[in-house]
Amino acid sequence: MQYLPNILFLVLLVLGIGYFTRNVKKLIRNIKLGHKIDVSDNKSERFKNMALIAFGQSKMVRRPVAGILHFIVYVGFIVINIEVLEIIIDGIFGTHRIFSPIGSVYNILIGTFEILALLVFVSVVIFWIRRNIIKLQRFWKTEMTSWPKNDANFILYFEMVLMTLFLIMNATDVHFQAMNSGNVVSQYIAPWFSELSENTLHIIERTAWWLHIAGILVFLNYLYFSKHLHILLAFPNTYFGKLRPKGELNNLEAVTKEVKMMMDPNVDPFAEPAEDSDEEIPAKFGASDVTDLNRIQLLNAYTCTECGRCTSECPANQTGKKLSPRKIMMDTRDRLEEVGKNIDANSGEFKDDGKQLLGHYITNEEIWACTTCNACTEACPVSIDPLSIILEMRRYLVMEQSAAPMELNNMMTNIENNGAPWPYNQMDRLNWKNE
Amino acid sequence: MSELLKVPTMAEFMEQGKQPEVLFWVGCAGSFDDRAKKITKAFVKLLNKAGVEFAVLGTEESCTGDPAKRAGNEFLFQMQAVTNIEILNAYEVKKIVTACPHCFNTIKNEYPSLGGNYEVMHHTQFLKTLLNEGRLTVEGGKFKGKRITFHDPCYLGRANDVYEAPRDLIQKLEAELVEMKNCKRNGLCCGAGGAQMFKEAEKGDKEVNVERTEQALEVKPEIVAAGCPFCNTMITDGVKSKEKESEVAIMDIAELIANAQDL
Repeated sequence: MQYLPNILFLVLLVLGIGYFTRNVKKLIRNIKLGHKIDVSDNKSERFKNMALIAFGQSKMVRRPVAGILHFIVYVGFIVINIEVLEIIIDGIFGTHRIFSPIGSVYNILIGTFEILALLVFVSVVIFWIRRNIIKLQRFWKTEMTSWPKNDANFILYFEMVLMTLFLIMNATDVHFQAMNSGNVVSQYIAPWFSELSENTLHIIERTAWWLHIAGILVFLNYLYFSKHLHILLAFPNTYFGKLRPKGELNNLEAVTKEVKMMMDPNVDPFAEPAEDSDEEIPAKFGASDVTDLNRIQLLNAYTCTECGRCTSECPANQTGKKLSPRKIMMDTRDRLEEVGKNIDANSGEFKDDGKQLLGHYITNEEIWACTTCNACTEACPVSIDPLSIILEMRRYLVMEQSAAPMELNNMMTNIENNGAPWPYNQMDRLNWKNE
Repeated sequence: MSELLKVPTMAEFMEQGKQPEVLFWVGCAGSFDDRAKKITKAFVKLLNKAGVEFAVLGTEESCTGDPAKRAGNEFLFQMQAVTNIEILNAYEVKKIVTACPHCFNTIKNEYPSLGGNYEVMHHTQFLKTLLNEGRLTVEGGKFKGKRITFHDPCYLGRANDVYEAPRDLIQKLEAELVEMKNCKRNGLCCGAGGAQMFKEAEKGDKEVNVERTEQALEVKPEIVAAGCPFCNTMITDGVKSKEKESEVAIMDIAELIANAQDL
């Protein structure tokens, strides 16, 4: 029976990591519902972007208050996780603070963890105040319905509780406090428990220890259901982020083939396609559902942490239009999850549910309000590109449905007929010279 | 004045068996829009003054396809692009300058994969080169000490990271350059991009150009400088809606420099 805690711990660990792995697999499966896209180029530039933007938080700090607070939480998260390694070893082998014999280095480490834990706690409280008391506008936009708001707060509560448990665990560890080194913060918490017997302290210490590690495992598994996934996906997402100038929108290759064929007088339009041609004829132009998007766009959707910087910079949103780039990403993720669940429920096969991303989640009105100004892509701290999704939906509306606003149809007719968006004759193009 | 403008076409150069130094891509706005035509002429005056051997395509030029592409009509865009590229390549064009950031972005970024590879410059970049090479000189003249703010066109700024060339030119005028609260990579759109120029805006509580104009008026400029014919129109309309057109002028950078020299 003496191994009961070890076994319990191992079961907890395996369950926690096992369920998480299962969801990660689901996440990858869902992302792979998107079109393949070649992003094998420019590896060094991609690594550099990941190092700067995700690891170095370069775009987060453009808004200094949120940026610095976030930096503290981020560093705290990474550094304090070193402690988790010790906790796991202790848990499996029934040891206590297995690394402590390394002496002063250990104490410096724990001291650092304690300071960070306190800083993280304070930062998270400020985050909570910004969301719930100051009510920063971007956290209260219409797409921030009850779940997104709750999700954000749950994350903050989680972090507050975890940091508290960590400090209590140290404060009630009699031996650790007796060493009086490394207990930079917990020494001020220890006196709160000074009336208690050593046995009670031990119970509190053990409880905090167990709740702390259990909390971490629960939090790990919460990620998949939460906007908090960004702590993992920000890295691949910035790696796969757009490298070309922001103004460059991709040229559809399928269209290029057709256009070249149309322009080439030697092509027989009625010719049978060559038998060995493995060319894929796209099912449709543009995107009306998540499966029409590419894998990076779907990764973007899972990476979005709903901070709303994109929406707060969007000129359409600022002037009261329905478009919100954040909502485009949230809708894409929600629909992708819905499609994923549909596949799970129908033994691996998607069963038509009569729904699509465009129409059931995103309206045409939102799509047509975009000025393609790239304020959203510039603002995103993790290289998400909502504009590319908007463009794909416009392509679907125009090329598959001929559903452009009337004025745009006029503009396009003009370009087609006279080579200008207005009804002027191409032969008059140089008239300005003599006016 | 206008008869002094020398505007040779590529066809004319070809006849003489010569290649111009640069092709001036005028663009639809620059060719047809009354306000933008003034910008075109101002830029041509500067090219003439600097003795730049340039040519235009004239009636052989056609829309780059930018508004069609951004409206989602990839077919029409590529039809336009392929046609334009055929003509540009037939003339063996190497270098293109344009006063429209939309043409600039499209030709520079979206034409290469369709077979059109050129060195493309925005006119503010080109003018800066002319000044650096001493082919054009500019002194403060009438704009000395004037309060000028620059509105970053999205397709020049964020889209292509060109922020300094237009500002350097304003500073050459010895003007007082003041920045709006949203400038450079945070610049606020004028509301015209993405084919919005050609349609009514969706329902909202304000027009984008009015929002941007308010930001411009906040810094109390005498002149709002622009580098895009569409931004120019949008801000001009915005200033009119605020009834400030008698106090604040909206001018393209090319016009500023041409006017400073009384061209």
